[in-house]
Amino acid sequence: MPGTYIPSDYLPVAIIIIFAALVGLGAVVAGILVRPRRPYAQKLYAYESGNPPVGEPRQKFSVKFYIIAMLFVVFDVEAVFLYPWAVAYDKLGIFGFVEMMLFIFILLIGYVYVWKKGAFEWE
Amino acid sequence: MSVIGILLILLKTISVVAVFLIHVMFVQYFERKAIGHMQSRLGPMRVGWHGILQPIADSIKLFFKEDIIPASSDKPIFYIAPIIGVIAAVSSLAVIPLWEGFSIANLNVGILYILALSSVGAYSVILGGWASNSKYSFLGGLRSSAQVISYEISMGLSLVGVMMMAGSTNLSDIVSAQDGRWFVIPQIIGFTVFFISALAETNRVPFDLPEAETELVSGFATEYSGMRWALFFMAEYAGMFVMSALAVVCFFGGWSGPGFWIFAYVPPVIWFLIKVYGFIFLYFWIRATLPRYRYDQLMRLGWKIFIPVALANIVITGVVKILWK
Repeated sequence: MPGTYIPSDYLPVAIIIIFAALVGLGAVVAGILVRPRRPYAQKLYAYESGNPPVGEPRQKFSVKFYIIAMLFVVFDVEAVFLYPWAVAYDKLGIFGFVEMMLFIFILLIGYVYVWKKGAFEWE
Repeated sequence: MSVIGILLILLKTISVVAVFLIHVMFVQYFERKAIGHMQSRLGPMRVGWHGILQPIADSIKLFFKEDIIPASSDKPIFYIAPIIGVIAAVSSLAVIPLWEGFSIANLNVGILYILALSSVGAYSVILGGWASNSKYSFLGGLRSSAQVISYEISMGLSLVGVMMMAGSTNLSDIVSAQDGRWFVIPQIIGFTVFFISALAETNRVPFDLPEAETELVSGFATEYSGMRWALFFMAEYAGMFVMSALAVVCFFGGWSGPGFWIFAYVPPVIWFLIKVYGFIFLYFWIRATLPRYRYDQLMRLGWKIFIPVALANIVITGVVKILWK
């Protein structure tokens, strides 16, 4: 049929994702018919060693690694740049190698900088 | 694509996933037995011969358990978090070549596909921990996010060496490129980084911080019960299989086996499974041996050691390949 392009390589991927979702959903949904359901207030407390929960779990919480989370984005993008280069490495020859060494070198300067600034340290 | 083609894919998918789920079910029996014997215990012995039916009994039990949903939880996210985990872990299977020319989807971006889905898998832990609205779960989810940002990069970088040597990210091509010379020897650094990162990626000991049953009760899964908890568990073990399979494909020659004497008649898929189970056993062995890391130690290991080592591995691979020509 013209105009109904199906990327046939990816069709199995779509099928397995749908099937996996059905497995997950099915396991939970099918059990509704057979499993007991007897909730009461104490049972529905969030677990805190048997006592009623004290305070809210979602308080202000110091996430000490937030700088690393930002660095993660930078380095992850770097990794993404490396993949196509690695696949085409044989075709690129020495030029490609030097180019990428420059790229990695520039990145390393930044890496050493954040290391010296103490971004990887916390108490 | 014809209807028959689609039906064929459907049949292939269902049979592979069904067999896979049986493996996932029984691998926990294998784990309990292996760790039991390592600790001079017998492991499960009661249900069936040497406890062989234990996983079936456990599955039935979990199926009939009450599904407790804490009143203070974020209901929709609480519902879907374990299902996200299962989807991510099971659909990673699509690109794994079990023998020559057999994989559900022979994608050219095989490695990227698996890395992407394993990142999605981490969401199930983070979302589950967040949605439970309990202190233990919250800390578990937080630790999981710390783990993801520490290990994803070194894991991705450790596979770049393999891609350079194979010139492809298609898993079947990577296996063909090895042809008797497994990449584990030239890529030993990459393999080491990859395997340790894979331990962190699948939340296994010594990096099982999000669960950490001795300090966080059950971490992200504290509030989960019955079948939803089982799905988390299933996703974790399925993830172990996928990571082991990726290690086998990228570093240990995939389905290839020794091609002499009677070994030549053993079907390739058997070789593949033997290697995968070797890795699974290694997971259990490590679990029985090592204590748990603290999460700042883990981040330090990921950022200060693995990233430079993985980058060095890429540079070395590049230099050697240039000199080789």
